[in-house]
Amino acid sequence: MSDFHSPSIAYTALAPMLCIGAAAIVGVLIDAFVPRALRWSAQIAAALLGLVGALIAVAVLAGTHTVTADTALSIDGPTLFLQGTIAVLGIGSVLLVADRSPALDGGAFAAQAASTPGSADERAGIQAGRIQTEVFPLLMFAVLGMMIFPASNDLLVLFVSLEVLSLPLYLLCGLARRRRLLSQEAAVKYFLLGAFSSAFFLYGLALLYGYAGTVSLSGIQAATLTGQHNDTLLFLGLGLLSVGMLFKIGAAPFHNWVPDVYHGAPTPITAFMASATKVAAFGALLRVFYVSFAGLGWEWRPAAWGVAILTMVVGSLFAVTQTDVKRMLAYSSVAHAGFILVGVIALNRSGLSGSLFYLLTYSLTTVGAFGVLTLVRDPDGEATHLSRWAGLGRRSPVIGSVFALFLLALAGIPLTSGFTGKFAVFSAGVSGGATPLVIVGVITSAIAAFFYIRVIVMMFFAEPVADGPIVATPGGATAASIAMAVAVTIVLGVFPQPILDMANHAAPFYH
Amino acid sequence: MIPIVVLAVLGVGFAVFSIIAGSLAGPKRFNKAKLESYECGIEPSPQAFRGHRFPVKYYLTAMLFIVFDIEIIFLYPWAVAFNKLGMFGLVEMILFILAVFVVYAYVWRRGGLEWD
Repeated sequence: MSDFHSPSIAYTALAPMLCIGAAAIVGVLIDAFVPRALRWSAQIAAALLGLVGALIAVAVLAGTHTVTADTALSIDGPTLFLQGTIAVLGIGSVLLVADRSPALDGGAFAAQAASTPGSADERAGIQAGRIQTEVFPLLMFAVLGMMIFPASNDLLVLFVSLEVLSLPLYLLCGLARRRRLLSQEAAVKYFLLGAFSSAFFLYGLALLYGYAGTVSLSGIQAATLTGQHNDTLLFLGLGLLSVGMLFKIGAAPFHNWVPDVYHGAPTPITAFMASATKVAAFGALLRVFYVSFAGLGWEWRPAAWGVAILTMVVGSLFAVTQTDVKRMLAYSSVAHAGFILVGVIALNRSGLSGSLFYLLTYSLTTVGAFGVLTLVRDPDGEATHLSRWAGLGRRSPVIGSVFALFLLALAGIPLTSGFTGKFAVFSAGVSGGATPLVIVGVITSAIAAFFYIRVIVMMFFAEPVADGPIVATPGGATAASIAMAVAVTIVLGVFPQPILDMANHAAPFYH
Repeated sequence: MIPIVVLAVLGVGFAVFSIIAGSLAGPKRFNKAKLESYECGIEPSPQAFRGHRFPVKYYLTAMLFIVFDIEIIFLYPWAVAFNKLGMFGLVEMILFILAVFVVYAYVWRRGGLEWD
């Protein structure tokens, strides 16, 4: 038996993850020991403290390049950029989750997730003003997984963090206060399909280990460069691994869960999933392909082209036919996954920095857009049907304009962050020799612009529906979250250079 | 690679063969017990027992058991190799046990250990 060498762990470099982990554990303790009346506010404080602490830690660490915990984690430019993004998204989502103002009927989450929908038990819980406070620790554990995911420098850590981020999300999807059966259905669907895709990932991991004799990303890269190993194992493993990650990204043909789950989940959780999960999963995908398989670009790019084209086309075309705003945004998130894949396929430095920038802009706009969805309400919850939104912009111009801004940003109209992001990714695609892909991207963007602008036209130029939905006055938390998204969307559209430079300096990966 | 393919073919072949052989050769006598899932506890669908919900106490206890079971599985090899792992191993194990303990405290405080 060989001697054991304890790995050196650079705890300072792990500070962002440690902050989040500590906040999650404190959250569990709060749920155990703090009296019920104080729990909700204590949880919000712990979660926000942890997220702000992580953000500060990321800022302090900027410029670090280190591989730590015995090559398991790589703390480099892209990792820190993504972790910072995830922390900001976490703050935005926690604020949406935290809003329990009366206008929102006491928050988006079930009084007690265990009580049967429609039972006396459930009514008693709602009357007593209860709410499932476990939301916050679950959210923080998911954030923890998302922070480790793009930092993982070997496949095992990648898998563990994938599970750490997924398991809490499965639960969170089922906690909606209204339309609980739909929400529980979403949770079961997401869990079953997610477990299935995890199995694909694990099988791919095993085959790649068989190929390279190591699970570290650099080790696999070294093995691909020698070319003296079994290529069948390599390509089977790479394919299966990609299926696992493309599922989390929501790329076609692995996107079927996206509309159902985004639709059924409580809207603050949808905001979190559509933004932070996508950022984390793309971070991991970028690292795996740029570090381990960059030398095999000729082999995997044709398949990736197919996935990207399919994702863009399916996302845009299906979004056109949706009659529900939440589902429409879900399909639009599929289309956006396709656009970011163009940056991944570019396989050069500007592809990496363009994808990082796109992820930041897209995800913050998305949090804001779903935040607005929580405000447009019927007596029985959110009014997400498109027909109910007719004339909304006339009756409440502020919310209407804010939502219009988010839609324009998602469509990629100049002077919004969406345009800058798309430009960065598409120009990287052209420089990376993927011009036909970029042409498909531009065409599908035009299709996508149609359904975004259709909603704007409906809000501002259609007659308001009689007894239309109420636009709730947002509580401070929701307002803060939406305001943050508005600010970022405008600033990154008008004056994107500092953040673009930051993304440029973040590249390349260090391993 | 060839052994994997051979095994896969054998596996699929055996499954297909068994199903076909079973449906051709076996007697078909109806029995209600045959429609139930095998040794899987209470039937949750299409409706739980007499229209009520079925108790999850057993599952809760079983899940708690598994958590501590896993803890023991990690503790054993650590204890055996304690001398070699040294201070690093001790600190890591204490961190792990603390994390499990926090969950234990949560379960205890929120009534997960009470039967009724």
